Amino acid sequence: MSEVQNNAELTQYQEINDLLSKNKHYKEGFVTTANVETFEKGLNETVVRAISAKKNEPQWMLDFRLKAFEHWKSLEEPHWAKAVYEPLDYQDYSYYSAPECSACGDACGTEAQQEGIDPEVAKAFAALGVPIEDENSNVAVDAIFDSISVSTTKREELAKLGIIFCSFSEAVQDYPELVQKYLGTVVPYHDNYFAALNSAVASDGTFVYIPEGVRSPIDLSTYFRINEAKTGQFERTILIADKGSYVSYLEGCSAPVRDTYQLHAAVVEVIVHEDAEVKYSTVQNWYPGDEDCEGGILNFVTKRGICEGKNSKLSWTQAETGSAITWKYPSCVLKGDNSIGEFYSVALTNRRQQADTGTKMIHIGKNTRSTIISKGLSAGKSDNTYRGMVKITPTAEGARNFTQCDSMLIGDQCGAHTFPYIEVENSTAQIEHEATTSRIGEDQLFYCQQRGISEQDAISMIVNGFCKEVFSELPLEFAQEAEELLAISLEGSVG
Amino acid sequence: MLLKVENLQAQIDEKQILKGLNIEVKPGEVHAIMGPNGSGKSTFANVLAGRDDYEVTEGNVEFDGEDLLEMDPEERARKGVFLAFQYPVEIPGVSNKLFMQTAVNAVREEKGLPALDMFDFDEYAQAKIDLLGMSADLLERSVNVGFSGGEKKRNDIFQMALLEPKLCILDETDSGLDIDALRVVANGVNALRSEARSFIVVTHYQRLLDYIKPDHVHVLFNGKIVKSGGFELVHELEENGYDNIIQQYLGE
Ligand SMILES: Nc1ncnc2c1ncn2[C@@H]1O[C@H](COP(=O)(O)OP(=O)(O)OP(=O)(O)O)[C@@H](O)[C@H]1O
Ligand SMILES: [Mg+2]
Repeated sequence: MSEVQNNAELTQYQEINDLLSKNKHYKEGFVTTANVETFEKGLNETVVRAISAKKNEPQWMLDFRLKAFEHWKSLEEPHWAKAVYEPLDYQDYSYYSAPECSACGDACGTEAQQEGIDPEVAKAFAALGVPIEDENSNVAVDAIFDSISVSTTKREELAKLGIIFCSFSEAVQDYPELVQKYLGTVVPYHDNYFAALNSAVASDGTFVYIPEGVRSPIDLSTYFRINEAKTGQFERTILIADKGSYVSYLEGCSAPVRDTYQLHAAVVEVIVHEDAEVKYSTVQNWYPGDEDCEGGILNFVTKRGICEGKNSKLSWTQAETGSAITWKYPSCVLKGDNSIGEFYSVALTNRRQQADTGTKMIHIGKNTRSTIISKGLSAGKSDNTYRGMVKITPTAEGARNFTQCDSMLIGDQCGAHTFPYIEVENSTAQIEHEATTSRIGEDQLFYCQQRGISEQDAISMIVNGFCKEVFSELPLEFAQEAEELLAISLEGSVG
Repeated sequence: MLLKVENLQAQIDEKQILKGLNIEVKPGEVHAIMGPNGSGKSTFANVLAGRDDYEVTEGNVEFDGEDLLEMDPEERARKGVFLAFQYPVEIPGVSNKLFMQTAVNAVREEKGLPALDMFDFDEYAQAKIDLLGMSADLLERSVNVGFSGGEKKRNDIFQMALLEPKLCILDETDSGLDIDALRVVANGVNALRSEARSFIVVTHYQRLLDYIKPDHVHVLFNGKIVKSGGFELVHELEENGYDNIIQQYLGE
């Protein structure tokens, strides 16, 4: 275990930090005033039942929720991570909020939704650059607004190939056998505090099924938007890649500027069968809060995939720039022989943001391989922690892992921490771990300036150079967006 | 006059380091500045380049008819002030090529020239590599990362050739170089000499100056130029050290 921390005595970065703290460039921070139906604040069994009723759910789904809720009540809020937060008052949140047009009526038929989409909501997605009405877009989009999915595009085109791409609520209605077969198999309701909460009050999410032998011709994506104040978003995403299939799935998020913390506790379950491959990319730009990160998103997410079959592959790639607090460890359970797990991550924290992220690679099958490349960037007064676990179980003959964790500090008041946990129970395993920490210093900036390069350009050049290995794993458009996000998030870091 | 420094006084952390420095440099001239450790040579070089750790408390600096002290460091660089650092800095993850392409295009923009794309830049860089007789492999690596001391200095000279500045300030570029590397640096300087380009060469040793034959030699002591002369002054210093000159100056 190694830990690198700032040296508060240095003052030479004062100026950079002052300017960093003035950064107010959260352009996604607008509020949409749609007619919404929002539940009263509070959480109890009646609320759980009401959510289920609202969605017209079958008994088995209600039972799943109630079981999870019972369990959740017995758990303690976790505070072990480096990210520090005050205990949350779960009674002070609302657990259901939906724009009225689409909340009307019975089961959540997405076709009906699309016709009935609130123009204000449509406008919001247009402003965010999410192509919910663009026929020519080369990605399919599931757009989620607060608690529900308001639009899912390209579904017919995909349906011709047998691909199911719909909201989670809809899948519960239309594909109950599939949902029942997989729900909670990768992330059980009792997995952790936030997973239990999510299982109880799951709002909406995306459901993807790629049938045997099918390569999805376009990228599938979900865009999450938290709009209502004091509303929790608890989406549940299930992605199944059947034998020999392939899909690239993208996920983007944002929220308006609010002055109180907003809770986001998602669960993602990915199942990859024999010879199938899933690329799961996230660009997370939740509102980080004001200068002190008051009012930002609390992002407590459980993402896990299982490489069920032989030769299956799952890659998690993420660029995380938002949220006041991020707590997230996308993981791979490598069960099938020769299966591959990858985790590529860039996490940027600025101001007082706190991120505690990393991954878990659980090797069970023979000759399983995992790669972890984590790039942590800390600026301002933020804290950025990498926490990763590599576990080689006794059956994982010939398993291999390569881990590289690099941290970059911008200024002298931020912290970077690395906690790699390694458990090896099979002596044939090979594990490599590399870690570096560097700091963008005044000397480097002056050197660049002396060559005619402005300080801002120098910082983005250095930062992008640092993140290159991860960005090259993102789909092209996403890579660009990630680079821009970094630039915006660091804007004002120097005059 | 390319550079006119009048009564320059500068301090760092309230400590006065430059105490009234005067120097005039005409286009095409090569000036050498020598002086004991701690006399303020690097300070002078950094003040000219615009490092903001130093506070200028008195004096004027005119560069190419403009007030240099008013400009940001990057503006000075774009207008033709180049500093080869005593200790060149490493920038991990940024390729030397991208770094220099960005720098060259920043300078070109200032001159109203179109940016060079990757292909144009490659060609341009190759011409400079040939001119300096250097090897091209440094371009592919991260800026100065893992470079030997000599390679870092050579890289700075290469950058100087690419940026085609008006005023080149070399702060002990010859320190720590072996004979061959010294020759590369000296040849580089000589190859870049022109009627319009001036040099201020800070050094402790005669051997570099033997190669480049400065027009003027100055001795800096305690934040001031205490003696100026021609190339012969170098020999005098090499033989007698700074003592005589300093005693003479203190006696006055
Ligand atoms: N950051 C600083 N804080 C305090 N004093 C400093 C600082 N930087 C430089 N000085 C002092 O300023 C004086 C001049 O330093 P400078 O580096 O200009 O000398 P120099 O002539 O270049 O010396 P050398 O030949 O050793 O390179 C020295 O006494 C040095 O200790
Ligand atoms: Mg010096």
